[in-house]
Amino acid sequence: MQFDQLYQEIILEHYKRPHGRGLREPFGGEAHHVNPTCGDEVTIRVAVAGDKLADVSYEGMGCSISQASASVLHDLLADQPVDEAFKVHDAFVELMQGRGQVEPDEELLGDGVAFSGVARYPARVKCALLPWMAFKDAAVRAGVAVGPEVKA
Amino acid sequence: MTSLAIPSTFDVASLRADFPILGREVNGHPLVYLDSANTSQKPRQVLDVMRAHHERHNGNVSRSVHTLGTEATLAYEGAREKVAAFVNAPDPAEVVFVKNSTEAINLVAYAFSNASVTPGSDPRFRLGPGDEVVISEMEHHSNLVPWQLLCERTGATLRWFPITEAGRLDESGLDTLVNERTKLVSIVHMSNILGTINDPSRIVARAREVGALVLLDCSQSVPHLPVDVRALGVDFIAFTGHKMLGPTGIGVLWGRGELLDAMPPVLGGGSMIETVTMEKSTFAPPPARFEAGTPPIVEAIGLGAAIDYLSEIGMPAVQAHEQEITEYALSALESVPTLRIFGPTVTEGRGGTISFALEGIHPHDVGQVLDDEGVEVRVGHHCARPVCVRYGVPATTRASFYVYTTTEEVDALVRGLERVRKVFG
Ligand SMILES: Cc1ncc(COP(=O)(O)O)c(C=O)c1O
Repeated sequence: MQFDQLYQEIILEHYKRPHGRGLREPFGGEAHHVNPTCGDEVTIRVAVAGDKLADVSYEGMGCSISQASASVLHDLLADQPVDEAFKVHDAFVELMQGRGQVEPDEELLGDGVAFSGVARYPARVKCALLPWMAFKDAAVRAGVAVGPEVKA
Repeated sequence: MTSLAIPSTFDVASLRADFPILGREVNGHPLVYLDSANTSQKPRQVLDVMRAHHERHNGNVSRSVHTLGTEATLAYEGAREKVAAFVNAPDPAEVVFVKNSTEAINLVAYAFSNASVTPGSDPRFRLGPGDEVVISEMEHHSNLVPWQLLCERTGATLRWFPITEAGRLDESGLDTLVNERTKLVSIVHMSNILGTINDPSRIVARAREVGALVLLDCSQSVPHLPVDVRALGVDFIAFTGHKMLGPTGIGVLWGRGELLDAMPPVLGGGSMIETVTMEKSTFAPPPARFEAGTPPIVEAIGLGAAIDYLSEIGMPAVQAHEQEITEYALSALESVPTLRIFGPTVTEGRGGTISFALEGIHPHDVGQVLDDEGVEVRVGHHCARPVCVRYGVPATTRASFYVYTTTEEVDALVRGLERVRKVFG
């Protein structure tokens, strides 16, 4: 059933027990994004060291999809080379904008593949993308390169 | 304020047969539509009238001598008469057709704006630094943002009534809030998020003392209870067709004739003029002055059909039915563990719109699980973000009822909420 694909166990797990939550110092860039239709909020901080993302920390408030997405984002991007991080970012955005037609790359996306069901719920795609859009802005402010436009 | 003495005199089951959409399924379950405060469903009678108009009588209004144009004009003006009678307006010319409530409220705001920069305009519509506009914390953004913008443009000051913890308008500061500097008070009749029904009588009396005008946002009241503009004693009301069994694209500004007469036009164009030269134009009397361009003709006619439908049931019966459902729903929801209701928890002075939160579970998730059960509710801030801020929540889940709502649908909601608690508990 579609519904179980939306709320996969992995998503509920990340929601109930988020990984790496909390805003940490030092950081090079910070961005706060809000979903104006539902009031979901997330703040992301990016710390860069050399060509690596030394840390990606976050704080947020919102639905299970947006908050689990932030937790997964932290897992996937913190401590990664910048290039690799943007590959993951782009793959996640592509998956979310694929209306359920995109086959996710499990190697690249890890727990992020659990969000493939979300792509079939247009009203929820914005929730899943919220932390990733904030990440992109925070990364720009931290002075690292950006991927393609995110359209939610 | 509300009377339970009037029994619901109609049979909900047979009435539901008039609404084709209520027969459909959502995600494998019968549709349980609990989002009428957002937009209502439309009975076949309304759809039929609109279809028949397009198929048989379509022509532009007020501009043709031919038969179709005459039929269309008669139907359009007939709808205006129905609207006027429905809210007990003394004269159909006091009914201005607009796109929706939002446009109705903006029309008044821009009339103020235009008057403020036009020499010789009526002083009641002139705003400048030192003048005040009063709203409330309970407003839909449609009755908030236009006044913020107007105050920014004119230098006037925006002030507002707070909300009490119980979800009522806090009128304790009435005499200082509404004072000699106040030019306009614009408040909601029934809150679209808390369900509160405000009694505007004290505010109207105070406004009269200080010479301020009063606009009542009746978007949620006209569809659900008898509204009588003469009894209310206000100067303007705004409401919107799609929330009262009519189509989208049609709304109403009612204003006292003498005030509409004194208001400058807002949109310029065809049908709103008296004479036009290359240098200057003079304007038609209301309502035409405020209906520039080809109006939403079939939508107005559809609204007229919706009013016929509601009048046949009778608004007291509509209200009584919703009171019954609301009473049932309030006690059913109170049985759900960790559920908190925002707004009045008694049926007195409230309508059939109930906002609530399940502790620790985001409304988006609540709404998604309910949708999987075919139960359609609204989640979010309901275009009344200051209300959410007032209660310290980012969003709420809202169930809202109408003539076609049944107690079984409330039961389905409660069952759905149990499932929500299982998934996220
Ligand atoms: C109280 C209130 N005011 C104004 C509006 C705006 O109505 P519309 O969107 O039809 O202009 C609504 C409905 O959304 C409402 O509930």
